[in-house]
Amino acid sequence: MIRVVLPAHLRTLARVDGEVIVNVKGMVTQRSVLDALEARYPMLQGTIREHGTLKRRAFVRFFACEQDLSHESPDTPLPEAVATGAEPFLIVGAMAGG
Amino acid sequence: MSTVRVLVGTRKGAFILTSDGTRKQWDVSGPHFAGWEMYHLKGSPAEPSRIYASQTSSWFGQIIQRSDDGGKTWHQPGTPPGEPTTTPDGMPKGESNKFVYDTSPETGKPLTTHQHYDGTQRPWEFKRVWHLEPSLTDPDTVYAGIEDAALFRSSNGGQTWQELSGLRDVKGNLWQPGAGGMCLHTIVQDPTNLQRMYIAISAAGAFRTDDGGKTWRAITRGLKSQYELPDPDAEVGHCVHRIAMHPSRPNVLFMQKHWDVMRSDDAGESWHEVSGNLPTDFGFPIDVHAHEPETIYVVPIKSDSEHYPPDGKLRVYRSRTGGNEWEALTNGLPQRDCYVNVLRDAMAVDTLDACGIYFGTSGGQVYGSANAGDSWTAIVRDLPAVLSIEVQTLP
Repeated sequence: MIRVVLPAHLRTLARVDGEVIVNVKGMVTQRSVLDALEARYPMLQGTIREHGTLKRRAFVRFFACEQDLSHESPDTPLPEAVATGAEPFLIVGAMAGG
Repeated sequence: MSTVRVLVGTRKGAFILTSDGTRKQWDVSGPHFAGWEMYHLKGSPAEPSRIYASQTSSWFGQIIQRSDDGGKTWHQPGTPPGEPTTTPDGMPKGESNKFVYDTSPETGKPLTTHQHYDGTQRPWEFKRVWHLEPSLTDPDTVYAGIEDAALFRSSNGGQTWQELSGLRDVKGNLWQPGAGGMCLHTIVQDPTNLQRMYIAISAAGAFRTDDGGKTWRAITRGLKSQYELPDPDAEVGHCVHRIAMHPSRPNVLFMQKHWDVMRSDDAGESWHEVSGNLPTDFGFPIDVHAHEPETIYVVPIKSDSEHYPPDGKLRVYRSRTGGNEWEALTNGLPQRDCYVNVLRDAMAVDTLDACGIYFGTSGGQVYGSANAGDSWTAIVRDLPAVLSIEVQTLP
C-alpha cells in the first residue's frame, strides 16, 4: 500500500480529496508507483510524466522522507518507509518564484 | 429573446459571461478550472451547447475539457461526469489529452525537424493547445492548433486526436519559434467549401488546404517582413498574428501581421496592405462585423517591444471600407494611462443586430459594444489576464 500526495490541481482533476492509495506489485519505484497511479486515475496521464517518453515534467518534483527524489532514476527503489506506507510519496508542483 | 454567451479564457481560469439580447446586464460565472491557463474555449456552431476548452499548465501539461450543456458542467471527452475513469478491465480511458505527432512509418523516428533558436534542427515537441476550432457542421469534429506548430483533428468529440502532418511538408524545416513560441493559433474554415481551410502560425506564416487537411501550401505572396526576415518576401517565416473572414465572402481574408494589416481578395493567393491611416499597424486581433463584410476591426499596439496602445489610449479602430480608411473608436474606453495588451484570440463578434463586439485585455477587462463599436462598456474589469474571447449568439 503506497500513500501518494497529489498537488491540489491534480486532486481536482482526479476528483479525490486527501491522500491517494495505490497498490504496487514488485519493486516500489517512481515508475511502478506512477504506473499504478495513472492506471487508477488515467486522467493524470501526461500531467506528471510526459506522454510517450514518460519523463518527469519539468516543473514537477518528487519528495519523500524529506528528500528530493526528482533526479533519481525512475527505477531506483523508493525509501523503505514509502514502500511500507509509513511515509507518503509526494508529487509537488515546483515553486513559481518572482 | 436571444442570449449572448461570451467565453473568456484567462491565465487563471475560464469565465462565462451571459446576457440577453439587450447586452446590458451580464451574469458572470467562474472561475472554471481555477488556477489553470485557459488558452481557448469555443462552442460548436453545429451544436452550441457543446463547448470545447483547452486547459493547460506549465506544471501539469494539457487537458482537453468539453461541456455538453453550455458550460454548466465539464468533463474530459470520453469520461462523462460521474462515470468511472477506467474500463471494467482497468484500462485507462484518458486519451483525450494526448497529442502525439506523426512519426516516420519506416523508422518510427520524428517525421521532421524545425529550426531552433540556435540554428540547430529539433524534432517537434508538444507544448500546449492554443486554439480549438469546432467543425462548422459536425459537433464531434474539432481541430486543435498546437505549439510546436501543428494541426490536429478529432472526429470523436475530442476523445482522441490525430495530426494532419501534411502541413509540415511546407518547408517545416525552415520554421523556427519566435519569442512567443512556434504556435498554430488561427484556424479558419471556408463555409462554402469544407475541404478548404486556412491556418496561421507565428513566425512561420499562413497556409491553405483545399483537400481537407491532407496537403497544404503557403499563402504569403504580397507579405513583406522587412525587419523580421532576411528575405522580406520569403515564402515561409512571416509572423502572422491573426486571419479573419466573413462567412458570406470566403475568398476575402483580412490579416493582422506582426506589422501590417493585410487583405486578400483571392483566398490568400495574394495580399496587399490596408494599414492606411492606423496610428501603428502592429497588433494582434482582427475581426469582421457580422453583417457588414467590409467593416473590420483591429486594436493597434505601439510596437513589437512595447505591447500596449499608443499614447496610453485604448482605441479600437474600425474600417468600413475593408481597410485603408480607419476611424478610432474610443467612447467608453480608457483614454489615458492605459497600458494593456489585447491578444490575438481575444476579440470576437456576436451576430445580433446591431452587431456586438467584445475584447479582453491583459489587464483583465472584458469590454463589449452592443452597437458595432460606437460605444463600449466594461462587462468585467478585474479578471486575470485575458487570453481568448469567443461569443455565441443563441436563439
